Amino acid sequence: MLFRVEHVTRMFLLPRTRLFAARRVLTAVDDVSFELRREETLGVVGESGSGKTTLMKLLLGLERPDAGSVAYLGTSLRREVQVVFQDPASALDPRMRVGEIILEPLRVLRIQEDHQARLAELMEAVGLSRAYARRYPHEFSGGQRQRIAIARALAPRPRVLIGDEPVSALDVSVRAQILNLLEDLRVGFQLTLILVSHDLSVVRHMTDRVLVMQQGRIVEEGTTRDVFRAPRHPYTRLLLDSIPRLRRQTLRPRL
Amino acid sequence: MIGLGVADPSQAQHDTLVVEDLTVAVGTVEVVHQVSFALEAGQRTGLIGESGSGKTLTALAIMGLLPEGLSANGRVLYRGRDLLAMSERELCAVRGDRVAMIFQEPMTALNPVMKIGEQVSEPLRLHRGMGARQARSAAVQALERVRLPDPVEKMHAYPHQLSGGQRQRAMIAMATACSPELVIADEPTTALDVTVQAQILELLVGLVEEGGSSLLLISHDLPVVANVCQRVLVMYGGHIVEEGSVDDVFGEPRHPYTRALLDAIPSLDEDLPSRKLRAIAGSVPGLGEFPPGCPFRNRCPRADDVCAVMPAIEGSDHRAACWHPLA
Repeated sequence: MLFRVEHVTRMFLLPRTRLFAARRVLTAVDDVSFELRREETLGVVGESGSGKTTLMKLLLGLERPDAGSVAYLGTSLRREVQVVFQDPASALDPRMRVGEIILEPLRVLRIQEDHQARLAELMEAVGLSRAYARRYPHEFSGGQRQRIAIARALAPRPRVLIGDEPVSALDVSVRAQILNLLEDLRVGFQLTLILVSHDLSVVRHMTDRVLVMQQGRIVEEGTTRDVFRAPRHPYTRLLLDSIPRLRRQTLRPRL
Repeated sequence: MIGLGVADPSQAQHDTLVVEDLTVAVGTVEVVHQVSFALEAGQRTGLIGESGSGKTLTALAIMGLLPEGLSANGRVLYRGRDLLAMSERELCAVRGDRVAMIFQEPMTALNPVMKIGEQVSEPLRLHRGMGARQARSAAVQALERVRLPDPVEKMHAYPHQLSGGQRQRAMIAMATACSPELVIADEPTTALDVTVQAQILELLVGLVEEGGSSLLLISHDLPVVANVCQRVLVMYGGHIVEEGSVDDVFGEPRHPYTRALLDAIPSLDEDLPSRKLRAIAGSVPGLGEFPPGCPFRNRCPRADDVCAVMPAIEGSDHRAACWHPLA
């Protein structure tokens, strides 16, 4: 097991709507418990406001729980748990060269090794030409920028890779390439993958197990196969019913 | 039968809009190339394409809303009158009344300092000559039609006080207030959650059906188009590369690009044998950076030397612009 999350709650105070109004509290993550097993691929699905991004920040140590506990059972959280975000354009420093961006975690974490050799390895692993190391992020397409972001995440040899909507900002024709790359890397580096996505077809395709979140709670958890074939929670059914299929059927919104 | 609507004059009266050889240029760089299509009255047509395909520019050119520095050529015939040749005043009489547009992000399309009620009333006063009171009650009805909760109260709300889905409902109310003959919706649900998306799409289809309007739905989401539309136009690199009924184009695509797009989407209802998807090589070039000839040829498995010349779009009802179409 790599993570044990027990009864975690994270609340935020909302800004006042009126001068003397009491500040309201938003419970972004509400009494959530789950485990992340070694070398599994876990999908986390839910709509905006479901708490999935806050939950990932809790795993990464970027947020502290107000109640409950998040335990990383590996050696070094900072080194072994890395993340790739939705929008590579805003995640990459525009003034840094690609090579510096990819090696940044090694520098920050003071990892001693032959950085240039590691850079060559990483660029090859994500399918980027070595010559790109001296270029700047703006010279690349969205798909290539996401490859740069993935190479950076892999630099410190993580055990857990979190993809927070990693293909949502990409064109349809590029999305499959990046998903295939993540799958190759997962197998090649024995990664444990958490895939956060609002795109249920991506989650069905890529994951072994899935958590369905609604308003800060996990409303359904199970193997991806079971949850998609026979959803048990009404919200999961609503989500699945709401998604248009290529093979036409009538849309059945039921809210 | 749905023809081109270009050559056959008897067809023209069934068509709400006929686009002929529409070209859009950024300065001197052509980014939409001689696009021709017709929208039949009461029909829902999808315009699909990825970023840089020119789909939004095509819509903005039709509406006469191209930003500074971009120019349109060709003809956009609405009831036989060329929208591109109209003066700004003539165009204002058509836009928002007979032809209306719904944008992706209602937060930027709605005026942030104007109450919802005033914004929905505005086209009614402008185009229908309604007085303030009459327009107000018509606006409340329009908000009821889009099933915005508490419509009378919401008349006094500002856009930021509504949720994303409610804002999109308000924009649809504004766009359909004058019962337009053509609604152009540019990614109307892309910014919304899937459960809200389903409601908004159902609403939109219901409204255009009820009013007998034509719908041009611009989207990168193939399943959305498959569920909403009867016809589909596929754009890539500023060209329409395939056109036909949704069943034909998605069921038996003839252009390798359409086929590749369909193959790249994982299924929601089946377990695929492998986690590897059939990906399309390369990336979508930037606007104006597509190769000359067929814009897809540098990514296409079927491409050869003849593809250096752009093929004409051929076929009658199901058309594709490809030298090596799929059977």
